[in-house]
Amino acid sequence: MNTIADIGGLAAPLASAAQPRPVKMSCRKVWKLFGPDATEFLETRDGIASVDDIAKANLVGAVRNVNFDIHEGEIFIIMGLSGSGKSTLVRCLSRLIDPTFGTIEFEGKDLLKVSDAELIEMRRHRMGMVFQNFALLPHLNVLENIAFPLAVQGVDKATRTARAREMIELVSLRGREHFYPRELSGGQQQRVGIARSLATKPDIWFLDEPFSALDPLIRREMQDELIRLQSVLNKTIIFITHDFDEAIRLADRVAIMKDGQVIQIGRPEELVLNPATDYVAEFTRDVPRSKVVSARRLMRPATGADYGGTVAPDARVATFSADIVRVGKPFAVVDAAGQILGEVTPRSVVALLAGIPEEGSVHGYPDL
Amino acid sequence: MAILTSDLPDAGIKRLVRSWPAIWGCALVAVFGLYLLRDEFPSAVTFRADTVIPFSDGMTMLMVWLKANISWLTRSITDILGVPLDFALGLFAKNLKFGAGANAVIFPRLSWLGVCIAAFLAGHAFGGRRLAALVGGCFLYIALFGKWQSAMLTLALIAIAVPACIVTGVVIGIWAWRNPKVDRVLVSPVLDLMQTIPTFAYLIPMLLLFGNSPVSAMIATAIFATPPMVRATMLGLSRVPSDLGDFGDMAGCTPRQKLWQVLLPSARPTLMVGVNQVIMLSLNMVIIASMIGAGGLGYDVLLALRALKVGEAMEAGLAIVALAIALDRLSQAMATSGQAKKSGDLASRPFYRRHIHLTLAIAALVVTTLGSLYIPALAAIPKDMTLTTAPLWKDALNWVTVNLFDVIEAFRVSLILYVLNPVRAICEGFPWLGAVALVGLAGYQLGGSRLALIVGGLTAFCAFAGLWEKTMATVYLCGISVVLSCLIGIPIGLMAARSDRVEKIVTPIIDTLQVLPSFCFIIPVVMLFRVGDVTAMIATVSFAIVPAIRYTNHGIRQVPPTLIEAALVSGCTRRQILWRVQLPVALPEIMLGVSQTILMALAMIIICAMIGTRDLGQEVFIALSKADSGRGIVAGLAIAFIGIVADRLFGAMAARRRERVH
Repeated sequence: MNTIADIGGLAAPLASAAQPRPVKMSCRKVWKLFGPDATEFLETRDGIASVDDIAKANLVGAVRNVNFDIHEGEIFIIMGLSGSGKSTLVRCLSRLIDPTFGTIEFEGKDLLKVSDAELIEMRRHRMGMVFQNFALLPHLNVLENIAFPLAVQGVDKATRTARAREMIELVSLRGREHFYPRELSGGQQQRVGIARSLATKPDIWFLDEPFSALDPLIRREMQDELIRLQSVLNKTIIFITHDFDEAIRLADRVAIMKDGQVIQIGRPEELVLNPATDYVAEFTRDVPRSKVVSARRLMRPATGADYGGTVAPDARVATFSADIVRVGKPFAVVDAAGQILGEVTPRSVVALLAGIPEEGSVHGYPDL
Repeated sequence: MAILTSDLPDAGIKRLVRSWPAIWGCALVAVFGLYLLRDEFPSAVTFRADTVIPFSDGMTMLMVWLKANISWLTRSITDILGVPLDFALGLFAKNLKFGAGANAVIFPRLSWLGVCIAAFLAGHAFGGRRLAALVGGCFLYIALFGKWQSAMLTLALIAIAVPACIVTGVVIGIWAWRNPKVDRVLVSPVLDLMQTIPTFAYLIPMLLLFGNSPVSAMIATAIFATPPMVRATMLGLSRVPSDLGDFGDMAGCTPRQKLWQVLLPSARPTLMVGVNQVIMLSLNMVIIASMIGAGGLGYDVLLALRALKVGEAMEAGLAIVALAIALDRLSQAMATSGQAKKSGDLASRPFYRRHIHLTLAIAALVVTTLGSLYIPALAAIPKDMTLTTAPLWKDALNWVTVNLFDVIEAFRVSLILYVLNPVRAICEGFPWLGAVALVGLAGYQLGGSRLALIVGGLTAFCAFAGLWEKTMATVYLCGISVVLSCLIGIPIGLMAARSDRVEKIVTPIIDTLQVLPSFCFIIPVVMLFRVGDVTAMIATVSFAIVPAIRYTNHGIRQVPPTLIEAALVSGCTRRQILWRVQLPVALPEIMLGVSQTILMALAMIIICAMIGTRDLGQEVFIALSKADSGRGIVAGLAIAFIGIVADRLFGAMAARRRERVH
């Protein structure tokens, strides 16, 4: 896929790195309105309604006309402040609540049309979810909590205990199998929540502000943990957060929500360099560019000079800025096949770190 | 009054609200006028006998019809419930008998020593050494003072009634939680009524339908003790964090799995509070139900009181206290022990290691009980081991009567002459029409025409049922007791709120007062003041004072510390902080306490009918002894209506205050 045109009326230029992965989940015209006869209201308008229309009909819009595709194996982050509708949206995607209007397809199947029994079956085997306040069962210990989703499916005790122990290994909680949730720290509790949601080997993984209840140090540690897990598991992840730093740290793509609408979708780099609205620009203002901008964005045509090293095209500048400045020579940008795509000069890196727009780079960054 | 209930334009209402004192003044003058003119309009003062609506006859006919037509049902219920009940009674108190006639195999009841050990172990399992000593000590006390047989009869009834209440309560609670409409229309109002109808009034239809037997006592107990479980279930379920419910869905739980494996276990702490309440209410009711054949400790008290054997009554009362304290502390410890459950890999250990207390307790019970077949001292505690304090109490009483008679008598007589009788005269001469109007006016001021109609209507019912004088007699005694409780209780609560040391002393006392069955309060007072209104009043005050203290303390203590700091910074003295900050903010809470005090006082006044008051309680009591169901139920309803009127008015007042404060 290349572009998603017209998201909520706002065109967001997208020049995504071509990753033609299959679509795992897609939303079209998804609405959640509260108030009398909301479904009828949207059906007569075929899912197009302005803020005024909604207000006039005495309705409250929690999610308004959301459209996007989520691809297999990507970390898709939905970012917004409280009240922006992100939690409601993810609850629609997991069908914890039913949207008022629209379609949500999961692997090509309309999620809103499946029967209750099918939905239970899907949740048992295909979906996993992690919650902000952990939602651990207070009467079960760590092992039992992690094995709980399997117990609900009727998996026999030996199998589910073995699987739970695997998960405990995965999230590094060995030795705490028989602790009760209240005996664990917040970070440990969320590790249990993560292990529990992965025990069923889900295809799609919902994380609803999983680290928001943790203090900043632990939050960072858990983010690293998530990056590590994802490198092993390669799940399709839908991650909710109100923390923009967290979003750009983890995301393949970010959708920014405001007042129930998605106002921009893109890779962190695109959000920072091409914010669609002042609102997005406000968020991105204090983000250090070097943590967002990739080598590909900074590179110029190769000159065949004496290279001081190589970097991958998607490597963020912050990961090699110290090296390149120390060596003082340009680095070659090399793709996975070993082909040289271009070069990055120390000067351009310094200019980026200093916040000076440099002429001559392939992709300018006019907003800097 | 008509102008008040009709719809007025806004300006008119505002004008009226501004002149509430004037309206009250006029109303009071009008009522006083009515009183002065009682000879001209006698029917406005005392309800005319020939206009009384015969509610009680209708109720009696209904009950007779029920009895005639559903006796097959009641009889089979009696038979079915009789099975587990007989088993429990046999296990705890009498001996178990299997088969009939000469071939019957008799299994001895649990040995007293075994039960004491089991109680000790249960205490140890849930609360460590201190609780073990307390619980074991209470049971040992009961055994040593020769109350074993009666106490075990009582315990057997509780052992059957409590699980029944818990199961019914949880099921109804889940049902009402799932259907908010059912809750609003059916469950909540019924629960309100069930908890305000005096305990005595339950006994009458039970007596009629199920006869004078432990089964009817058990059913009455179950009905009385179930409401808190329903409420606890609903509260617990609604308090489960929504994340947990969502998790249940996302884990792929079926609705049933979600309820039983996610929601209910998460609601456990609240459910356990409900269980504790069920146990305590069951104990209270089983004691009262001794009048319809429950037997046990309550019956001992009743017999002793009737014979005015104060010493024996005191002793049985103390045994009830011991049982109540043991059950309360044990069930509270069980409620909290779930949260303190220690981690550890228990599953891999064998059963007896995992449940070491349970194994030991069963072993102790089996060994001592089998041993009792051969060693009589294990079957029943030997006579020469038992102690009795009855003579002691009697001597003490004699000493008091000889030495302090004049003081007590002077106190009693002056109380009657200068307080009780004047108030009584005012109350009994109070015109019913005026009372209905005043109550309705208060209802209108506090909650609009709907509340006015409800409280006015309920008051009018008491008059139309021909119970006006008895109603006012109840109101008089209850009113005096409530005023006294507040005058004593609120200052104590204030002191407790302002000093941690006072609170430390007061808390265990009111905790204990609260678990005691209402019966127990009468006994020591009767010893000193004999039967009569003074005794009833003092017993009621000591029973009903608890919420006044507790809510005042709680209300003052929960005033936000920032408010106090703000007041301090503005230069308030301690006194000023109390009067200008703490009391106004805590007032809604204190008012809730007063409303609780009223309900408890009402419940106690009714029980005091046993010591010769002349109010609605007596009406119920007489109806009970004559098995006159209609009369008893109507009087019971009248009592409940007094409670509901007071509760609604105070609730509305507290709600208005709260709106203004918060």
